[in-house]
Amino acid sequence: MEPLLNLFNDESSYRLLTIVILSIFLGIEVISRVPSVLHTPLMSGANAIHGVVIIGAIIVMGQAASDDYVSLILGFLAVILGTLNVVGGFVVTDRMLEMFDKKKKKK
Amino acid sequence: MQNILLPLSYLIGSITFIIGLKMLSHPDSARKGNLVAAAGMVIAIFATIFLYHNENGEPLGNYLWIFAGLIIGTIVGTLAAKKVQMTAMPEMVSLFNGMGGACAMLISIIEFKHLTHGLDAEVMEESAGQFFTTIQTGMFITIVLGMIIGGVSFAGSIIAWGKLNGKIKDRSFNGQHIVNILLLLVIAALTVYMITFRPVTTITFFYAILAIALLYGVLFVLPIGGADMPVVISLLNSFTGVAAAFGGFLYNNPVMLTGGILVGSAGTILTILMCNAMNRSLKNVLIGSFGGNKAGGGAAGSKEQGHYKEISMNDTATLMAYAQKVVIIPGYGLAVAQAQHICHELEKTLEDKGVDVFYGIHPVAGRMPGHMNVLLAEADVPYEKLLEMEDANEQMSSANVVLILGANDVVNPAANEDPSSPIYGMPILEVEKAEHVIVNKRSMKPGYAGIENELFFRPKTSMLFGDAKKVLQDLVAELKGM
Repeated sequence: MEPLLNLFNDESSYRLLTIVILSIFLGIEVISRVPSVLHTPLMSGANAIHGVVIIGAIIVMGQAASDDYVSLILGFLAVILGTLNVVGGFVVTDRMLEMFDKKKKKK
Repeated sequence: MQNILLPLSYLIGSITFIIGLKMLSHPDSARKGNLVAAAGMVIAIFATIFLYHNENGEPLGNYLWIFAGLIIGTIVGTLAAKKVQMTAMPEMVSLFNGMGGACAMLISIIEFKHLTHGLDAEVMEESAGQFFTTIQTGMFITIVLGMIIGGVSFAGSIIAWGKLNGKIKDRSFNGQHIVNILLLLVIAALTVYMITFRPVTTITFFYAILAIALLYGVLFVLPIGGADMPVVISLLNSFTGVAAAFGGFLYNNPVMLTGGILVGSAGTILTILMCNAMNRSLKNVLIGSFGGNKAGGGAAGSKEQGHYKEISMNDTATLMAYAQKVVIIPGYGLAVAQAQHICHELEKTLEDKGVDVFYGIHPVAGRMPGHMNVLLAEADVPYEKLLEMEDANEQMSSANVVLILGANDVVNPAANEDPSSPIYGMPILEVEKAEHVIVNKRSMKPGYAGIENELFFRPKTSMLFGDAKKVLQDLVAELKGM
């Protein structure tokens, strides 16, 4: 949490900002040529990837004081919801893509 | 050693996300790509649990809670994802997306609570204003933005989920987009005020902003038509990505940042690509439901519509039973009615009577690219019966009957004939080459693009009104009784 002591007053903010800029271009580049049949699975796969927010939930949960029940409960909820996003997201995507596999074999 | 293990795991996580997304965009490698990204996620999660130390060098605690949460989430998530019907996939994705948004929102709320921790009533009275000024600006902005975007994404996704499974109806009131824009301005103004001036009532401000953000999420999605939901989900998906990235800023965590931003930008591009595939602009989708209805009504009023004719169930059955070749064109209506199985039965019944049956699949039928293929594959329709648009159009001229099930814009002749039509230039299924065209729709309402369909008034066309599933059941019963 410390690196944001002051808005963009230190080196590490700029490091993060660099990652942001590069990731934006990478995201555009990576999926700019995708066939339309794959739009739905790709959306679903991307949905699972932003489940990475679970890491934040784990950190919050792991640092909550053991007598701070509100934080504990909210954090617990956050961990469950984040896990749902990750696990459900990847499993659903896999099921969709399984359909494509089957189709190909029948062909 | 330990202090490089965590960054190393995060690096591996980031790389798998990039490679995973790349592989997901090619049909052959898509399934593997999904697994690659999942593996990276597992590494990043466990590395965080066991290797993370805060700035004071303390490891994480509350392992019991963390693992309990992970286990519950995994079991529920897996069951939900395995059990869900193929037709309900998009709403499932939306629901999971909402969970991610809610997670980001909760993280912000807890961090805000930590910041204001130790503020009792007395301090509040006297020096609260001063207290709030000690909150670092950068961190405060990150927390608030994470909360707003997470909240909008959560509320919006839940509404999208409800609309897709039919629990929530399309609702809009006059000037709703003006209200929406006002809400956005209010959120922005309150946020700027709170962060700049740190009023004594900062805590109240914070929760007020949260409430308005949730309200905005609801109002933003409510008026958008059901068929445009995939586009909206894709957009909300990229919102959640951005919310996750704010978490990355908050914890100086590179993998959250890469993952979040990657999804944010890829999701935005994907949203635009999906709009292009449907031949619509994003603006049209987002505010189209207001302008769209009016424009559609106006166009209908100014144009001579002519008459359409209805056809009875009995006549339809006779026509199809004595046909040589029938082409079925499935659309969104089939998906909504969950009629894929009964549709397969109709096809089998007709084949027993010696009729050739094919399906003509438009690439954006159902407004969910690939939706129809997946749906009919689930009902065990043989793959070789599903014809792509070009092949279907070739078969069309020798077909006696074309049965259109809840498709509209993909068979609208205006795309070929009327340069002023918004869908002009979009390739369509040329159903009019066939002898008879039977259209099953629930009513005469125009399709989701809000455009009247000339086809319904053409002499070759007969209308068969009703819910696709109900109509097909009756039709199969009728055919079997012949």
